[in-house]
Amino acid sequence: MTEQLSLATSPQVETAAVLEFRDVGLQYRMSGRPMPVIEHISLSVGEAEFVSIVGPSGCGKTSLLRMISGLNPVGKGQVCFRGEPITKPLSSVGIAFQNPVLLPWRTTLQNVLLPLEVVPTHRRQLKNQRSRYETMAQDLLATVGLEDFQHHYPRQLSGGMKQRASLCRALIHQPELLLLDEPFAALDAFTREEMWELLQRLWARSQCTSVLVTHNLREAIFLSDTVYVMGPRPSQMVYTLKVDLPRPRTLDMCFTEDFHQMYTELRQHIQRK
Amino acid sequence: MAVTASNIGKGSPYARSAQVKANPFLLANRSIRRLLALALFFGIWQLLCATGFDLFINFQLVPAPTEVAKATLEFFTADPWVHIKSSLMRVLLGYAIASSLGIVLGVLIGWFEAFEDLLLPPLELLRPIPAVAWIPLAILMFPNAESGMVYITSIGAFFPVLISTVRGVESTLSDTVLIRVGQCLGARPWHIFKHIVVPGSMPSIASGLTIGMGNAWFCLVTAEILAGRYGVGYITWESYVTSNYPPIVMGMLLIGLMGAASSWIVSRATGALMPWRVIRKQGSA
Repeated sequence: MTEQLSLATSPQVETAAVLEFRDVGLQYRMSGRPMPVIEHISLSVGEAEFVSIVGPSGCGKTSLLRMISGLNPVGKGQVCFRGEPITKPLSSVGIAFQNPVLLPWRTTLQNVLLPLEVVPTHRRQLKNQRSRYETMAQDLLATVGLEDFQHHYPRQLSGGMKQRASLCRALIHQPELLLLDEPFAALDAFTREEMWELLQRLWARSQCTSVLVTHNLREAIFLSDTVYVMGPRPSQMVYTLKVDLPRPRTLDMCFTEDFHQMYTELRQHIQRK
Repeated sequence: MAVTASNIGKGSPYARSAQVKANPFLLANRSIRRLLALALFFGIWQLLCATGFDLFINFQLVPAPTEVAKATLEFFTADPWVHIKSSLMRVLLGYAIASSLGIVLGVLIGWFEAFEDLLLPPLELLRPIPAVAWIPLAILMFPNAESGMVYITSIGAFFPVLISTVRGVESTLSDTVLIRVGQCLGARPWHIFKHIVVPGSMPSIASGLTIGMGNAWFCLVTAEILAGRYGVGYITWESYVTSNYPPIVMGMLLIGLMGAASSWIVSRATGALMPWRVIRKQGSA
């Protein structure tokens, strides 16, 4: 659990960074006055690594994610994807939001197919190979248990089903980077834990570099290779935890001594002002 | 997952459990309630005429439903289709022009700021002008009465379609959560327009189309003041000029009927384009 120990067990961290924050800062204007939100954040995420960012409310976790998505401009410093600074939304990124925003006029299957209709490389192929792409989407829906609901509209799905569909949509175009903005915050505790296992399966299958923003420390430990803790505003990274639990992880692991110790460690660093 | 796929497919699963058993009272049947409402309407009207009701509102000279029915019978035993056909053609042509123009301009105004600045001010200036005020200009501007009449019916349909389309596009654009779905995929504006803005503004456009259909009929009598011989609105106007009252009421009711029917068709047709919407009202089973 200390850095030296875990670095030895997870070699992928040392390979070339997929995602890199280079001394990133951000400030908002609040009633005319500049208010620093994020300061001097540098971190790098390796190939197929699963990273979580935790921290107190309003510390700028979501802002950090938005910078990666290209929806928000980077203030100071650089956010690089495979060495290139991010300036606009990238089609090699998949995003799942806190509330699963499915388009209400599309069925589950049509919602999952949306990225393929929009992302240029797939769009050209979709016309000729519609059935192949549909099979791909149906396979993905089957892995999350939604095979019987592909022709249903979002209003006919439960919250958990919507979020599963939204994860499928984030992954269908085989993104190199998966961004998760508190994707399970609106779900009840049991559904949430089911989703952890599900997400772990999807991640293992897709080998997608992933960044998760969450308030739930157990969720962060369960899913991540590395957990970054942000301090209160103006935020800096105050702590890094390498999680060296073996994979695939099971919910039973949440009750082990190791897990509990990591949880306590994170908890302490979040409280520190 | 207690809900199975099969029962969700057939409408809302909640409706099934809440469904009431056959109500012993006839009034619970919606078709009977509606027929009763119509019967009451005509009954009260007949009663007011028969008793010569005169308390501020005077029914003594108002044709009774029976007289109107007689006029209607006469109208239909003569050659009614010529009138109905010419009115229908005017309304449908005016409506087709107005709705396509309204949707196209509405989308442009809602989507592009430049179009809003360039098009909306003059249109807002023209919007409050009633159709009847256009009659003199319609005579001056158009080569024949027929095109003038189509123009006046289209005036009625155009503005509701235009404004609803603009509002629909704008409200979809204001839904940042939906727009972000497209943006984070790196979607081009065209794709955001096609996949998000168009379906998102459809409910609003549909209500504009339904109101516009009614308004086109609304303007028919006004338009057919220009008509020389044929048209339901023309009969209505002509009967007024010749002080023959039962056909006026017949014309009014006929226009109301055709207007209601075509609005219903429009709202059904647009509803079929939006299968994702389910409307559940208070007191509905």
